[in-house]
Amino acid sequence: MNFELTQEHSLLKTMYQSFAENEVKPLAAEIDEQERFPVETVEKLGRFGFMGIPFPKEYGGQGGDTLAYIMAVEELSKVCGTTGVVVSAHTSLCCHPIFAFGTEEQKQRYLPDLLSGKKVGAFGLTEPNAGTDASAQQTRAILDGDNYILNGSKIFITNAGHAEVFVIFAMTDKSLGTRGISAFIVEKGFEGFKIGREEKKMGIRGSSTCELIMENCIVPRTNLLGAEGKGYGIALKTLDGGRIGIAAQALGIAEGALDETVRYVKERKQFGRRISQFQNTQFSIADMHTRIEAAKWLVYSAALKKDSGAAYGTEAAMAKLFASETATFVTQRCVQLFGGYGYTREYPVERMMRDAKITEIYEGTSEVQRMVIASALKVN
Amino acid sequence: MRIVVCIKQVPDTTEVKLDPVKGTLIREGVPSIINPDDKAGLEAALRIKEQAGGTVAVVSMGPSQADVALREALAMGADEAYLVTDRAFGGADTWATSYTLSVAIRKIGFDLIICGRQAIDGDTAQVGPQIAQHLDLPQVSYVEGIERISGNKLVLKRQFEDRYHLLEVELPCVLTALSELNKPRYMSVSGVFEAYREKEVRRLTFEDLKEDIDVANIGLKGSPTNVKQSFTKQPKGKGEKLELEPEEAVLAIVSRLRAKNLI
Repeated sequence: MNFELTQEHSLLKTMYQSFAENEVKPLAAEIDEQERFPVETVEKLGRFGFMGIPFPKEYGGQGGDTLAYIMAVEELSKVCGTTGVVVSAHTSLCCHPIFAFGTEEQKQRYLPDLLSGKKVGAFGLTEPNAGTDASAQQTRAILDGDNYILNGSKIFITNAGHAEVFVIFAMTDKSLGTRGISAFIVEKGFEGFKIGREEKKMGIRGSSTCELIMENCIVPRTNLLGAEGKGYGIALKTLDGGRIGIAAQALGIAEGALDETVRYVKERKQFGRRISQFQNTQFSIADMHTRIEAAKWLVYSAALKKDSGAAYGTEAAMAKLFASETATFVTQRCVQLFGGYGYTREYPVERMMRDAKITEIYEGTSEVQRMVIASALKVN
Repeated sequence: MRIVVCIKQVPDTTEVKLDPVKGTLIREGVPSIINPDDKAGLEAALRIKEQAGGTVAVVSMGPSQADVALREALAMGADEAYLVTDRAFGGADTWATSYTLSVAIRKIGFDLIICGRQAIDGDTAQVGPQIAQHLDLPQVSYVEGIERISGNKLVLKRQFEDRYHLLEVELPCVLTALSELNKPRYMSVSGVFEAYREKEVRRLTFEDLKEDIDVANIGLKGSPTNVKQSFTKQPKGKGEKLELEPEEAVLAIVSRLRAKNLI
């Protein structure tokens, strides 16, 4: 039992912090305000290795582990929740399933460009009528010679507007229910594949969230990911890993907001005293810091468990549940401590509060996490 | 080309605390970084290597905690790292430090030696030039630009008080870099993994250097400088604010300077 970072992880943290502070933080308010995907940052993220951390070098990855990866998401999210989710969705939801379930040919074909950041990846599971109930997939895939023909639509797809590779789920046999769901690797340029409108969101406004439309979309049979009918399992396993990424994003947002607030309360004066001298402020900061530390160890231990090869789904669910609710709790408190200034866009905490909320919703709502945790305890 | 870069690990703060008894810096609890001028020197070395080929070796003299600074240099792209460390080298002033480093550098081998101009903790700007003296090499200090590399010659832009000098220097030589020289690159994620998994920090102890070293010139005993006292400067009192017409203000200032015998 050891709660110290290794020297390697500790130096990585230094590197992540310096990159986040100099390259990501200066753009955070602007991309939120303009609802603009940070293309220039993604190029740099690729150059310094952020887009392929937990994958082997033979596919162009950095040769790191899950902890190294989620620490990157955490440090980026401290200054910009948008940048955190760009990396998280790309890594956990697109690169990971291709790496874990793809054939050697698929890995050789897709991973080098994805892991170097040359191409951004996305994941298409959610549909207008299949959100938390992902089993209700209506997108159909029909085998026609050497191709599958996909018809249907997906919504709320993170990174979609700038992604070139998508992992898409569709029903190959509706009569089999979840056992009739299959996964496919779909390229942006495939015939019949269209990216729909951008959603106008409350937070993570620099990230791209779009609809995907498939109208007789032709996907080569060789792009079936895993066996036919195994898609639902692939989706669930992918989301287990993704949850640690989103938990790290939530953790980072909370830490970033607290950092800003600690600085602010030491400067802001009311009634002739710095507001840090009021016990209300001190208690509030203490509560936030304690929750953040608890969240951090849940998130890190889920990552370590994944790396150990053991089953980690429950730990990932607990990490995401607690970290995301911590992010909401902390950012709301931070805005309160900033008072009126906190409600303005002059200060970053209102953005962080808006960014925090989504972490309770995407990649499994808090309610889904509770279902996962309770069922692990066989309370059902 | 074999480039040796000297780096120093320094506390990342301008508010360093001093040990009131020893008069030395208290390093515990203060985050450490590669001295900014040295980091610019390392970046310059990496760029020269990219252009002209060769290897970059970083060397640091200090306690074992300096390992992380050397790993950072490796993660940025340095090929080799050496930590010159031994109790016998402890307590060295700039003279003993530069002497010890020069012995280590001769052992490591070099065509070009790059040091930072000065460290943010000691601010002496002495170690680089002294290394050049110990090794009897030409030196260019305050380098703000590397204009040209051709064969065994470098054309360097040296910052001067009111102008720049363009100097051509032949290898082997020593140069001292200003942080304005460049913007050092970030480590890369794979660079960090390589720094710990594939590369090593080699330790050079007294035992390794004893054949070439004169013990009279190392450590506290070999240091001609003695720190008599170190103290934190007391903040000055509030300045005096005069609100006068310009002519009266000039007279008032002049009379005050006269009263203090400053003019």
